[in-house]
Amino acid sequence: MTKKISGIAASNGVAIAKAYKLVDPDLSFAKTSVTDVDAEKGRLNAAFDASKADLTKIKAKAVENLGAEEAEVFEAHLTILSDPELVGAIQQQIEKDQVNAETALSDVTDGYIAMFETMTDNAYMQERAADIRDITKRVLSHLLNVTLPNPALIDEEVVIIAKDLTPSDTAQLDRKFVKGFITDLGGRTSHSSIMARTLEIPAVVGTEIATTDIAEDELVIVDGLNGHAIIAPDEATITEYQKIGDQYLAQKAEWACLKDEPTTSADGVKFMTGANIGTPKDLPAVLENGAEGIGLYRTEFLYMDSNDMPSEEDQFEAYKTVLEGMQGKPVTVRTMDIGGDKKLPYMPLPEEENPFLGYRAIRISLDKTEMFKTQLRALVRASAFGTLWIMFPMVATLPEFRAAKAVFETVKAELKNEGVNFDDNIKLGIMIEIPSAAILADKFAKEVDFFSIGTNDLIQYTMAADRGNEKVAYLYQPYSPSILRLIKRTIDCAHKEGKFVAVCGEMGGDPIAVPLLVGLGLDEFSMSATSILQARSLIKNLSTTDMQALAEKALDLDTNDEVAELVKAATTNK
Amino acid sequence: MESRNFHIVAESGIHARPATLLVQTASKFSADVTLAYEGKDVNLKSIMGVMSLGVGQGSDVVISANGSDEADAIAAIEDTMKKEGLSD
Repeated sequence: MTKKISGIAASNGVAIAKAYKLVDPDLSFAKTSVTDVDAEKGRLNAAFDASKADLTKIKAKAVENLGAEEAEVFEAHLTILSDPELVGAIQQQIEKDQVNAETALSDVTDGYIAMFETMTDNAYMQERAADIRDITKRVLSHLLNVTLPNPALIDEEVVIIAKDLTPSDTAQLDRKFVKGFITDLGGRTSHSSIMARTLEIPAVVGTEIATTDIAEDELVIVDGLNGHAIIAPDEATITEYQKIGDQYLAQKAEWACLKDEPTTSADGVKFMTGANIGTPKDLPAVLENGAEGIGLYRTEFLYMDSNDMPSEEDQFEAYKTVLEGMQGKPVTVRTMDIGGDKKLPYMPLPEEENPFLGYRAIRISLDKTEMFKTQLRALVRASAFGTLWIMFPMVATLPEFRAAKAVFETVKAELKNEGVNFDDNIKLGIMIEIPSAAILADKFAKEVDFFSIGTNDLIQYTMAADRGNEKVAYLYQPYSPSILRLIKRTIDCAHKEGKFVAVCGEMGGDPIAVPLLVGLGLDEFSMSATSILQARSLIKNLSTTDMQALAEKALDLDTNDEVAELVKAATTNK
Repeated sequence: MESRNFHIVAESGIHARPATLLVQTASKFSADVTLAYEGKDVNLKSIMGVMSLGVGQGSDVVISANGSDEADAIAAIEDTMKKEGLSD
């Protein structure tokens, strides 16, 4: 029966394909006693063999799609599955206790997991505990005759249905076959959503019920434009949605004509539209969508996708690739923003009560100066290959900026002594994401070269509402006059000193926020590459004088919703 | 039986990826291969056994092989130890 479910529209477009559930099956079992011990051992061996066969296939596929390094984890799993002591111990347990293979398996592996987890001083061993858990799940699935999802083995067009997608899930997906995502959890800024926009596939997140209401292999429509999913659609519905999808593609094609055009308002004022990226792999999408620069290069992925601290050389190569790829267009690199919800396996940080208010970003960089210097050396060296701007995240006070700038100057002096060639005009800026920095923007503006407003965090810190906590999600209010006033102040203070201001949060590409930001006089809008052309098309139809009047009205309203209504009314009348 | 002492110099001891390689090397031979450390003996063909010892930097271990290809096994293990920077 056709059924429609709703969620949050996270990535535009329409996809129609079979559902592929990336959900763990029920692996519960009862403890039973067995009399035929040999038969039980046979079941165990068969399950081990089948698991090895799975992993050999997955590993080969991972090597092919992701490279040998990413596939190493599967090699480690295979070594554990081939461990004679492990199988031996489970067999002995079956014999000794006369229990079923499921019970013996989990008893033995629980013992190992407990042992490795108590080695708390060793992050590597704790990861191995996770490996053993994964393997136990796989062997158990074969004993219970249920299928564990193997995303790496997908070889036909599918829509992925999951509770939520983690980076390791998406790393295993073959972009050729994955046509869309529908998830139970998440919002527009969760990993699944960002990934979908990067892959340019439609996504609906936060449906709460996708994994329970959609069956494996069932035909589903993902309507990423309106945030709906249609389960088991009839012919008429399929035709209807194909039409919506085609219209969207036609509009996209129209936007594509703006690829090489400047971003100019209806009354001839020039703006910049740039892209947010995480790795050099994002460059093709940046170029295809005609970005006029990179407004935010998040360098933490360099640290998170690595097993050790990335070397100066590794970082230099990544930065150089991006700078060269942009052919002289400005590239704003944000120094590492680790901490908060982003952790590194090789740099254990103490557990904190409030990680988002804790030891993160510039606070770590200024504490671990060697690590910070390595990053700045790589950046300064890379500056010879393009136009580099550097910004520091989470700056709350002027002394923090001055200290960071001092390290930057030291690094430059060192490199000059070493005879290294670099650009002597690298611009230095800060992220405006802590309210104190916005409030003190007049002072900061005298010392920095530019500001970049990180609206996601600015909203979270201004509202004192954790972005990841669904109970307080209603406080994510980008159009609240309180936020708009902080943004206005930041822009006015910067312009008074002749400095440049960008927005690099979600608001930069948001159709309600863009008219307001045009009115407030923002210089650069930086966003997911795939949103750029839509934003450019929108700005082309706006007059800055009209938007200034609109923004002025908005600043004087009471609530987020009133502002949204005002902008909608003003922009749809056009 | 063939035995050899190794002084572990690798910073992370026998934990990380080299442990897997050591186990894979030992598993190529028919001889029984054991690793002795602080009075405990484990099967060097067992990754779980090796990891459970938690052999750290600066430890001394004895690896013994017993079987028809014991000499080759010890030679191959010594080779892996050096190549992976586990021992000098």
